[in-house]
Amino acid sequence: MKKIASILTIAMIAAVQSASAQTLKAVKDRGMLNCGANGTLAGFGLPDAQGKWTGLDVDLCRAVAAAIFNDANKVKFVPLSAKDRFTALQSGEVDVLARNTTWTSSRDTSLGLNFTGVNYYDGQGFMVRKGLKVNSALELNGASVCVQQGTTTELNLADYFQAHKMQLKSVTFATANEAVKAYDAGRCDAYTTDASGLYAERLRLANPDDHIILPEIISKEPLGPAVRHGDDQWFDIVKWTLFAMLDAEELGITQANVDDMTKSANPEIKRFVGTEGNYGEQLGLTKDWAVRIVKLVGNYGESFERNVGKGSPLKIERGLNKLWNQGGVQYAPPVR
Amino acid sequence: MSMDVASGSAPAPVAFYNDPKIRSIAYQATLCAIVLFLVYGATTNAIEHLARAHIASGFGFWNNTAGFDISQTLIEYSSQGSTYGRAFWVGLLNTLLVAGLGIVLATILGFIVGISRLSKNWLLAKTAAGYVETIRNIPLLLQLLFWYNAVLKALPELRDSIVLGGAYLNNRGLFLPKPQFMRGSDEALVAAVVGIICAVVFYLWESRRQERTGKRGPVFTVAAILILGLPLAALAIEGFPIKFDFPQAGRFNIGGGIEVLPEFAALLFGLTIYTAAFIAEVVRAGILAVSRGQIEAAYSLGLRPRPTLRLIVVPQAMRVIIPPLTSQYLNLTKNSSLAVAIGYPDLVQVFTGTVLNQTGQAVEVVAITMLVYLSISLVTSLAMNIYNRRVALVER
Repeated sequence: MKKIASILTIAMIAAVQSASAQTLKAVKDRGMLNCGANGTLAGFGLPDAQGKWTGLDVDLCRAVAAAIFNDANKVKFVPLSAKDRFTALQSGEVDVLARNTTWTSSRDTSLGLNFTGVNYYDGQGFMVRKGLKVNSALELNGASVCVQQGTTTELNLADYFQAHKMQLKSVTFATANEAVKAYDAGRCDAYTTDASGLYAERLRLANPDDHIILPEIISKEPLGPAVRHGDDQWFDIVKWTLFAMLDAEELGITQANVDDMTKSANPEIKRFVGTEGNYGEQLGLTKDWAVRIVKLVGNYGESFERNVGKGSPLKIERGLNKLWNQGGVQYAPPVR
Repeated sequence: MSMDVASGSAPAPVAFYNDPKIRSIAYQATLCAIVLFLVYGATTNAIEHLARAHIASGFGFWNNTAGFDISQTLIEYSSQGSTYGRAFWVGLLNTLLVAGLGIVLATILGFIVGISRLSKNWLLAKTAAGYVETIRNIPLLLQLLFWYNAVLKALPELRDSIVLGGAYLNNRGLFLPKPQFMRGSDEALVAAVVGIICAVVFYLWESRRQERTGKRGPVFTVAAILILGLPLAALAIEGFPIKFDFPQAGRFNIGGGIEVLPEFAALLFGLTIYTAAFIAEVVRAGILAVSRGQIEAAYSLGLRPRPTLRLIVVPQAMRVIIPPLTSQYLNLTKNSSLAVAIGYPDLVQVFTGTVLNQTGQAVEVVAITMLVYLSISLVTSLAMNIYNRRVALVER
């Protein structure tokens, strides 16, 4: 561990140099996007048995690659633990960090990175065994809680127990895998992480039906992709990739109908698909950048349902993540 | 020319750049300058680039509120009231605790196994050999995971805790009654100190008597009576002013008493058993290094096997054992950082894990951690070197 960290430090000294305004060129020269992903979280970032990565965060990286290369598979996914992720982005090991990462002020300002948006509005919850007969997180006084290290979760947990004058026995693990395994083995009474993560991890337990997720959501966890500070062009590309996916859903453009849409007379759609204006070129990409994203990856709604929603084993409701005009808070500026 | 020098006339003056002494100084000075320049270059480069990438630097984070919880704290610590600096000390003490206990236990186990392997008892010798060959050939990380999972899986749940005389054992750990010393136990402490001093004096006095007359009193028995008996007597006079804080089963966990976490137990177990296998080999090598003639000489003087081992073999073997033993101690201390894999809050887990991530200051945090391990290792070597000098062969 120490060795890895010291190598990272050295790598950081050497590689931070490349951070300024060169990312798009570096990615093009490499012919491959390096994407920091989760690797163990179903629905967000997980390689399947054939080694094909899937997930909401994974789709975001694929969409960036689609916009640049017109090929959603030109992505190298680097699985990162929560505690190693920022160092990997800072040191230039990855170009984008799309790893269910909570956007906070200190991360935005002091870590040398910028969050480009929110691709999943989440909140922290608790999972317990049904046998404990606990119905509320407020009944957890004195409980042992397994938690993953280096997360906002770890801090919220301490805050929540402190605020409600409850005694906490937290057991901290370096990876979510270890934390879940320890919870499953009975080391802890509760496991805590973002609610979406709870649904995903529950599927991996020995007996998923023996566990319930408590109703309390104790924090705001806006999860989003991040890039290094100091390269505005790259920041714009990643930011507008997510916006394009959201705008596509709002405009009713789907993977299936995107080709027909290129013939649309609707000026909003014409700007989106690039038959009018040069919005793609302004980003440093091609005219049809948004078409590539939708054609190869899909719009936000399609990606959501496929990875975490009805089309997935997780069956998570859209909730806050519905579009703004359907009762949610997902809202993207227009392409024009 | 060379004939002249050989015949004893004053040697011809050598040009200063050919003088080996000046040359070697020049080489070393150049090397030092290059190394210093590289360190300086890397440091300023890092600082400049961190600033350009808007990554916070410096040690200001040390006094910021930590905000996270730690499962085992030897000193007062709370998530809201304590700083990252405090968290550092908590982690460091946890590392020192597991390393210190591990060194003591591994040494005891290692000596027993090492000597057993040389035993004439076939079963004992083969068991010891099997232990050493198995344990030292399996990676430590795997062993730690094995112990952690074995400990967790084998132990009962909270509701089915094994209760033994007020102590609880379950998959949350071992909970022991905690003695609380009331008024009057100070006298017992004084009695214990007096007992230890008396025992040491008696030992020295008896040793001197043995040198003079060859006779030796029952040192062990007398010392045991002094060290254990005196405080017990003092306690009895005061009417045993000790209360026990018994662990209480709560809804989720057991409160009160002394808590031994399963993570701690697994790490201590793993480190002890792994390092003991290496120490056993070091001890065996040391004993075999004592020449056969020494033992035969002792026997011919009429010493029995036990005193021969204690007075002739071990003291000489120690000279061979100490240096490699030191490196085993250092290994154990450094290996304790594998705690990250099983959730024991040691220095690496707390500091380069949580603190690094929450502050994002990799360079500072990793530098401090490396410095700490370096210091611990250097202090351990220093102590062992001092001991080594004392037992080393004094040439007269």
